[in-house]
Amino acid sequence: MVAKGRIVWVSGPAVKADGMSAAKMYETVEVGESKLIGEVIRLTGDVAFIQVYESTSGLKPGEPVVGTGQPLSVLLGPGIIGKIYDGIQRPLDEIASKSGAFISRGVVTTPVDMKKKYNFKPSVKKGDQVGPGSILGTVQETPLLTHSILVPPNYPAGKLTDIAGEGDYDIEHVIATTDKGGEKVSLKMYHKWPVRKPRPYAERYDPTVPLVTGQRVIDTYFPIAKGGTGAIPGGFGTGKTVTLHQIAKWADSKVVVYIGCGERGNEMTEVLVEFPHLIDPRSNRPLMERTVLVANTSNMPVAAREASIYTGATMAEYYRDMGYDVVLVADSTSRWAEALREMSGRLEEMPAEEGYPSYLASRLAEFYERAGRVKALGSPDRAGSVTLIGAVSPSGADFTEPVTTHTMRFIKTFWALDTRLAYSRHYPSINWMLSYSGYLDSVSKWWQENVTGEWYDLRAESYHVLQREDKLKEIVRLLGPEALPDEEKLVLEVARMIKIGILQQNSFDKVDTYCSPQKQVKLVKLMVKFYKEAQKALKAGTSLADIRAMPIIPAMLKAKFEIPEEQLAKLEDLDRQIDDQFRKAAEGAAMTEEAKVVA
Amino acid sequence: MPETVGVEYTKVAEIKGPLMVIDGITKASFDELVEIETVDGERRLGKVLEVGFGKAIVQVFEGTTGLSITGTKAKFLGKTMEMPVSQELLGRVFDGLGRPNDNLPDPIADKFLDVNGEPMNPERREYPTSFIQTGVSVIDGMLTLVRGQKLPIFSGSGMPHNILAAQIARQAAVVGTKEDFAVVFAAIGVQYSEAQYFKRSLEESGALRRSVLFLNLADDPAIERIITPRVALTVAEYLAFDLGMHVLAILTDMTNYAEALREISAAREEVPGRKGYPGYLYTDLANNYERAGRIKGKNGSVTQVPILSMPADDITHPIPDLTGYITEGQIVLGRDLFRKGIYPPVDVLMSLSRLMKDGVGEGKTRSDHMEVGNQMYDCYSRAQEVRALSEIVGRAGLTGVDLKYLDAGDMFEQHFLKQAPDENRALDETLGRAWDVLSSLPEGELTKIKEKHVRQHYKGK
Repeated sequence: MVAKGRIVWVSGPAVKADGMSAAKMYETVEVGESKLIGEVIRLTGDVAFIQVYESTSGLKPGEPVVGTGQPLSVLLGPGIIGKIYDGIQRPLDEIASKSGAFISRGVVTTPVDMKKKYNFKPSVKKGDQVGPGSILGTVQETPLLTHSILVPPNYPAGKLTDIAGEGDYDIEHVIATTDKGGEKVSLKMYHKWPVRKPRPYAERYDPTVPLVTGQRVIDTYFPIAKGGTGAIPGGFGTGKTVTLHQIAKWADSKVVVYIGCGERGNEMTEVLVEFPHLIDPRSNRPLMERTVLVANTSNMPVAAREASIYTGATMAEYYRDMGYDVVLVADSTSRWAEALREMSGRLEEMPAEEGYPSYLASRLAEFYERAGRVKALGSPDRAGSVTLIGAVSPSGADFTEPVTTHTMRFIKTFWALDTRLAYSRHYPSINWMLSYSGYLDSVSKWWQENVTGEWYDLRAESYHVLQREDKLKEIVRLLGPEALPDEEKLVLEVARMIKIGILQQNSFDKVDTYCSPQKQVKLVKLMVKFYKEAQKALKAGTSLADIRAMPIIPAMLKAKFEIPEEQLAKLEDLDRQIDDQFRKAAEGAAMTEEAKVVA
Repeated sequence: MPETVGVEYTKVAEIKGPLMVIDGITKASFDELVEIETVDGERRLGKVLEVGFGKAIVQVFEGTTGLSITGTKAKFLGKTMEMPVSQELLGRVFDGLGRPNDNLPDPIADKFLDVNGEPMNPERREYPTSFIQTGVSVIDGMLTLVRGQKLPIFSGSGMPHNILAAQIARQAAVVGTKEDFAVVFAAIGVQYSEAQYFKRSLEESGALRRSVLFLNLADDPAIERIITPRVALTVAEYLAFDLGMHVLAILTDMTNYAEALREISAAREEVPGRKGYPGYLYTDLANNYERAGRIKGKNGSVTQVPILSMPADDITHPIPDLTGYITEGQIVLGRDLFRKGIYPPVDVLMSLSRLMKDGVGEGKTRSDHMEVGNQMYDCYSRAQEVRALSEIVGRAGLTGVDLKYLDAGDMFEQHFLKQAPDENRALDETLGRAWDVLSSLPEGELTKIKEKHVRQHYKGK
């Protein structure tokens, strides 16, 4: 039975309707004459509390509310990649073609082109047994991505009574039928899935493979694993969005789902303008061919912002189920939390900290739990992952506020953006003392097998310099650098070199924007080598001033952008120059010693 | 506001703060415009904040002073608040609700637009990339303003944000073009003298006839301030996207706007977020700030420069904080520089222009522009560190390079940052001055600049 009621109260995105006793929690409903989309979020007697995904301006008490019987769902099938959606999977290009440059209400759209024909290649045959999640065949969604057609996870296992042969079909075409004890089920190239329900999988694996992002401070110092979780909190101007864009651009995943949740309109436009022209370094295809955008900018309706996170997560899980590595970026979870807070306020719920609802922590936990590396349901066997990275925008850059503190409980990699570093234009402004990664040990095997066995130690040695510098800074602040012995002054110098030459990375420089793991290790190795040589030289009598004046230093600092990936051999030159210059310095020192002796 | 026949109600149940609760309602819609007539026949405007069967909560823009339970009539006009727009608006002055304020007749409307606007579709936005030369070195060189950007000025009481904003309004130009421009100025709860300064400044530069002014002064009704930026931005969008003009919208002071919002929220007894501001402050501010940008296939643009005063110069206060999360950067004025007598007192380290990277460089400005900007940041940041250190250990306790930075910091402030309020510097002069500062450092310190640019421009030894 479908619920049919009428509006009794309107306040912003919240609407109350009576006569709704047949409605279910989280059912989607059509609100008012203009059939705005809403979702039931509370039921009291026959009164339903509805959050409306569009502007409620002009809505009147007395207007009808009709249930759809369905929870808020997304359509999953070929055609999603390369699209930009709003928070409830309406394509923004289609909205634009219907309502122009500004988004009007009540625009009806379909998430993907239902008429477009795809060349379907079956991978199973008539009579085969298929279960939930099994792959029926494939279509080429974009030149970069082969899209597997899956049996929906909630369909019963059965025997294939029919399967379409290779050919061009639109996605409404029935491509397979199964039979389970006389019950016939037709399967199309798409299915729908409720966004608030995580898609099931067969088994969960430990994340052990790093997500290579080409960002030195991330890959080398605070790595995240495929299927892992990470959060990036930072005040405004600390470069959250730029860092997230960098991850979306360069991460070695098959699919990227980027959710712009309550953020700037121009940021989404930037992705739309830039990604079609950016070439994936691994496949030489435009990045847009692996990207899906969910954009619910700050001025779009607040309830749809709440939904956008789940819409994105469901699409990410769908590609995971095909056996792909997916990165899901949510910018910013704080705006999502604010949407929760706003609805909670309208529901007149008892607030917890800073007005946020008491279930903020459990909602965050549920969200981050949708990450993981898993064995997908059905046959053939395949593993996929969803790596989940959430931006947090703490008010006043204060990391003790509720969204940041709760998020920290549910993630394993923490990239703390530092306002002070940003003020001095140290970008990415990831603070190396506050950040951490829980995947350091689990990904070291990958580095050992794929790059070099030295990674773990080099990282530790260079990080140790930074740690020592952090302690020495206190003394310098009180007494000035001249109060330190030369050995410790050297620590400051090398720390400065690591900060400029390794940690800082210019996203807008053609060369520096992506740094391969091989180059990362080589750069770190140069620093560590320099430090060791300099320590030896100091002991042998070379003056610190001479070490500081070595021409190798500016060369090392500029190597990150002066030496492109295809000329990494030049880094070996630098390595040799370090030897040469220290040898010369040693000779010089010996001569002065001699001169002293002679005198 | 044209007369429309609406449904009239007389049953006022409650009046509290800026709100009026009306009973016996049968036909009212959310966000609807309400015309209120007092016992004395005075007319005020309001809008519906909440509506249920038989009851509506109305926010009265001009305040509820003098309203009474009996004898007050409320007419529901059956539409949301609209602003009549046409080219004739240029050169005119309006009040905070968009009614003429210059003793001239109502302008003939080309059309009526909902003041709330609609969100711009990100898919249809044109990404802003045209460099605007403001003639202010620190902005052009390090905080480049781009057409379609929203770049606020974070100021404090007594600091010269108005002088800076007026200078930008007078001097802003895209180099090498003669395009149709307009200035939309919204005064939100500012003093008469400040609004007057702006008006005079526009008059003197001859830009007044290309400007539209909306004035809600400090002694005007506070709740009206909710509408002032909205009518101003509605006009800005119309001029930009219907008439193809390049519009610079200046909104001052957004702190007063946020306070009006808090007043209403408190009257509605809503659960507050930080410092008593409503939890939806971010969304509400975004609904104003996001009304800037460019649209594919259209000529015009809206560039927004909102001004806000940070209470107690605190940048972590919710108003500057949330603003910074929405706008594409911020220009922060610093108390120390102001005290030193440096104009413009822009604290560059706290300031940022997010769109600079897209507006500068080869083919747009100069290929070394971005790198020079970055190196200048680095230079001034090091200089500030050294300054702090020298206060403890004295100049004598500093090493050679540190001393160089100390001097470069002074040069930065005196030679690059400081300029006269009527001084319009070309970009080459700005970058030349930047290179003067950088050339006082040893060449090896310029780690953010490519070798070839150092060779080309470095003037030191």
